[in-house]
Amino acid sequence: MSDQVTAAAYAGPVLAADGTLLKDRLNKTMRRRKLIAAGLVLPLGAFVFITFMFPIILMLYRSVDNPVVHDNMPQTVAALEYWDGQGIPGEEAFAAMVADLVQARKSKEIGRVATRLNFEMSGVRSVLTGTARKAKNMKAPFKDALIAANDLWGERELWVTIKRMAKPFTASQYLAAVDMRFDIDNNMVMQDEDRQIYVTIFGRTLWISLLVSVMCLLLGYPVAYLLATLPLKYSNLLMIMVLLPFWTSLLVRTTSWIVLLQTNGVINDLMVWTGIISEEGRIQMIYNQMGTVIAMTHILLPFMVLPLYSVMKTIPPSYMRAALSLGANPVTSFVRVYAPQTVPGIGAGSLLVFILSIGYYITPALVGGRTGQMISNFIAFHMQKSLNWGLAAALGGILLVGVLFLYWAYSKIVGVDNMKLG
Amino acid sequence: MSKSLLLSTVAAAGILLAGAASAGNLTVVSWGGGYTKSQVEAYHKPWLAMGGKAINSEDYNGGLAEVKAQVESGKVVWDLVDVELSDAVRGCDEGLLLPIDKSILPAGDDGTPALKDFLPGTLTECGVASIVWTTIYAYDTTKFSGAKPTTMADFYDLKKFPGKRGLRKGAKSNLEMALMADGVAPADVYKMLGTNAGVERAFAKLDTIKGSTVWWEAGAQPPQMLADGEVLMTTAYNGRIFGAVATENKPFAIVWDAQVWDLDLWVIPKGAPNVADALKFVAFSTDTKRNAAQASWISYGPVRKSAAPLVGKHATAGIDMKPHMPTAPGNFKNALQNDFAFWADHADELNEKFNSWLAK
Amino acid sequence: MLPIYAGPLETTWYYTFRVICGLILLFLIAPILVVIPLSFNAEPYFSFTPGMLSFDADAFSMRWYEDIINNKQWIHSAKNSVIIAFFATIIATTLGTVAALGLSRPEMPYRGAIMGLLISPMIVPLIISAAGMYFFYSEVGLTQTYAGIILAHAALGTPFVVITVTATLTGFDQSLIRAANNLGANDTYTFFKVTMPLIMPGMISGGLFAFITSFDEVVAVLFLSGFEQRTIPRQMWAGIREQISPTILAVATILVIISVMLLATIELLRRRSDRLRGLV
Repeated sequence: MSDQVTAAAYAGPVLAADGTLLKDRLNKTMRRRKLIAAGLVLPLGAFVFITFMFPIILMLYRSVDNPVVHDNMPQTVAALEYWDGQGIPGEEAFAAMVADLVQARKSKEIGRVATRLNFEMSGVRSVLTGTARKAKNMKAPFKDALIAANDLWGERELWVTIKRMAKPFTASQYLAAVDMRFDIDNNMVMQDEDRQIYVTIFGRTLWISLLVSVMCLLLGYPVAYLLATLPLKYSNLLMIMVLLPFWTSLLVRTTSWIVLLQTNGVINDLMVWTGIISEEGRIQMIYNQMGTVIAMTHILLPFMVLPLYSVMKTIPPSYMRAALSLGANPVTSFVRVYAPQTVPGIGAGSLLVFILSIGYYITPALVGGRTGQMISNFIAFHMQKSLNWGLAAALGGILLVGVLFLYWAYSKIVGVDNMKLG
Repeated sequence: MSKSLLLSTVAAAGILLAGAASAGNLTVVSWGGGYTKSQVEAYHKPWLAMGGKAINSEDYNGGLAEVKAQVESGKVVWDLVDVELSDAVRGCDEGLLLPIDKSILPAGDDGTPALKDFLPGTLTECGVASIVWTTIYAYDTTKFSGAKPTTMADFYDLKKFPGKRGLRKGAKSNLEMALMADGVAPADVYKMLGTNAGVERAFAKLDTIKGSTVWWEAGAQPPQMLADGEVLMTTAYNGRIFGAVATENKPFAIVWDAQVWDLDLWVIPKGAPNVADALKFVAFSTDTKRNAAQASWISYGPVRKSAAPLVGKHATAGIDMKPHMPTAPGNFKNALQNDFAFWADHADELNEKFNSWLAK
Repeated sequence: MLPIYAGPLETTWYYTFRVICGLILLFLIAPILVVIPLSFNAEPYFSFTPGMLSFDADAFSMRWYEDIINNKQWIHSAKNSVIIAFFATIIATTLGTVAALGLSRPEMPYRGAIMGLLISPMIVPLIISAAGMYFFYSEVGLTQTYAGIILAHAALGTPFVVITVTATLTGFDQSLIRAANNLGANDTYTFFKVTMPLIMPGMISGGLFAFITSFDEVVAVLFLSGFEQRTIPRQMWAGIREQISPTILAVATILVIISVMLLATIELLRRRSDRLRGLV
């Protein structure tokens, strides 16, 4: 150490050929190389950001964005700002409401306002659209006029709901996504029992994913072991059997399972034919949770086999032989010597399968029936059927946070670099 | 390198796009299968024969999602959509659809002015109805040797008729039918569903067959499920069952008890590219002749009074169509009209309850 | 494999294990193969008819394949699938390869984090990606266009290219580039004459992954495409949900054959790449 210091002191700073400090030159070159490396990554980074990440961020914004009432009922929003939420508001709020209704009907925005409020309070849609039709001819006192048009205008709950929805941002979608709601006094309470669903579905999504991961591990481990221990000539051939499903269309594989598992499908036919079950005793194996789990296990199994295989390939067979020759029986030597070395593969495979499972949509939609639906199916439902896009975004937001957390864990434990494809 | 490649790719994609966007055809969107076929035969072909604009016929699965996305993005490609009544009203309220001036509709063949010729309630601010369709339930006759089901209550009677049932995956029409099976008169169904007790009663009835139910989503599924033996009886759109019987000789029978009928209407999305032609097509396809001709391809009823007597035989199978119409007197007793206003208000809540019930 | 000194217990276990593995492999492969004979069913059923089981020639027919050929919609969808996958693959492979070159440089800052972000399209649930794209692409007028779907599929395909090309580059000897430079080659020349041939197998297999990703993708298509842009998987989706006729099985059979060909290509490439890099 001290020798080096004296040597450096003796020689003075090291200079490059053009007389500048070598350290600076090196730094400069390093910086330039860093820039080149970053420059190469930039086009893809920009592309992925614009076409993929930015759209997702924009969607998540929808889960809290709440502009409809705020923008289309400006007078009511202003009139309700200082209302304390007790009883029903005064005449000026009713007058503002009538003016806003007239305006919203003219601008054709009334339907959107009504739709938004109807998500919060069932039955409001017709009250708003119906009243808006009459609003033009209403005369003061507007309180009486509105209540005459519909009793609901005299209810505190309606006004509290409007006041809550008047804010340009809302947490109500996230509350709905975890089966909660605001009650009339703006406290967070659980949703009515017969409307609770998403917590159950999130739980089921995790349960199905867990089941699929465990099934994949149970089925994938022996196969990976066989592949890793067979001579290359045979293992290459068997590897193709693992990879072929990987390369086959998801829809083809799902179709195949429908063909195999349906009540009048190949497996039931076979069992009836061989006399295992009677004609009436055909088993329902699809359009339920079982169908989802079977089809997903099949689809995701290669994602388990590949990481396991690549880890097992690196374990020298001599370890097992050594354990055996030292007197351990085959079971002990497998459990104590071989299995612990495959843990990284188990971790990588299980995490990957789990991550991919929890976002599954196509397979549960086609073979899941009633009990095999997962959270993605409900996101799709609110995207396409109910058109409650805010709730879809909130459900998606929760799912995304979960997936990203697992992905982060994966990158810490396994490392993104070690992801293998075929 | 990457940039020029990207540019040329984008350019190529652009050319592709320009080529693919069919040169201003009239895009007519409907529900596919036998229903779209009936429209092609009864409306599209004569329309083209008289020199109307070329048509792109597209299929969809109902709902306003696509219309809403197109209108809100300002990139409307659909000119004309066949929608259910509740969607015609909701879409109109939300400003997604163009109001249609009813003066474009021709008078009936018997001279009745259009406004009087159309059945009451079939013309809305943004929609012009073309057919009456209905949800009924049907069964495979070969699976019954003794007594056959005749009432809605039989559908729910697993003791008398053990076997799988098929139901549409959604609250609409299922809750109504459940109540009617439970003995509620059609006139009281929506009053009842407006109360918590009524909704609970409907779900309680559905509970009795929940374990033996297979759920369908697209109209083409129920006949398929019957044919495959996947279910013993299933609710279905009447035209689909009729189609399977008339054109594929399937041994299916419809039980005309407690049907829930609805309308299909033409609507024009706001900002549609060919509004003038779309309006012309609406007027053309809903005149007396077309309205009656449609019913010779599929068993959906005409909405013009003047068209009803013109309904004749099936165009290829030669079956007399009148007894197969949802509105035929023998079929219409105990019928319930789908209450669009009720569903506009309560669909969000009841579908949520339905999903929650289904998931448990 | 089985040592000669193995006792009866070990022998039994050895064969049991083989049988178990055989069953698992059967589980993997049988569902894919079962659709092939059924696609030749003369009846519109999904199960083997007695005639098929007794190999009666009348029980088999090509009618479902004729159905595909005579159906404009299927042919149109097939064209769409190929066009979309082709352009998506070109974009994904180009951008992915260039990025992989950067990521494999030892000087690349924040390598892990950036790699993580670039691979995220593979990890984020498709329904979320598709929903996000649906909103954003509608706003910029890309929904119901070919360009929109091509961009979406390119984004979903890039992670595969990045992974395969970086994997090829891990065995890459950087001194080859320095040697080329020393011998007077400029950067461009070095890239095309030295780097490119070596990473080519990685690029092609990454490209094939990107191709199959697009070719097989249905969720983004469900949200972004109009009728005009329907692809084969979209058409199959509608078929399975609505009217699961044996036509679907015929299409499935064709797709299985395509995957076998792609897989064979990949395998050959992988072996060639291992040989080139001296790994075998």
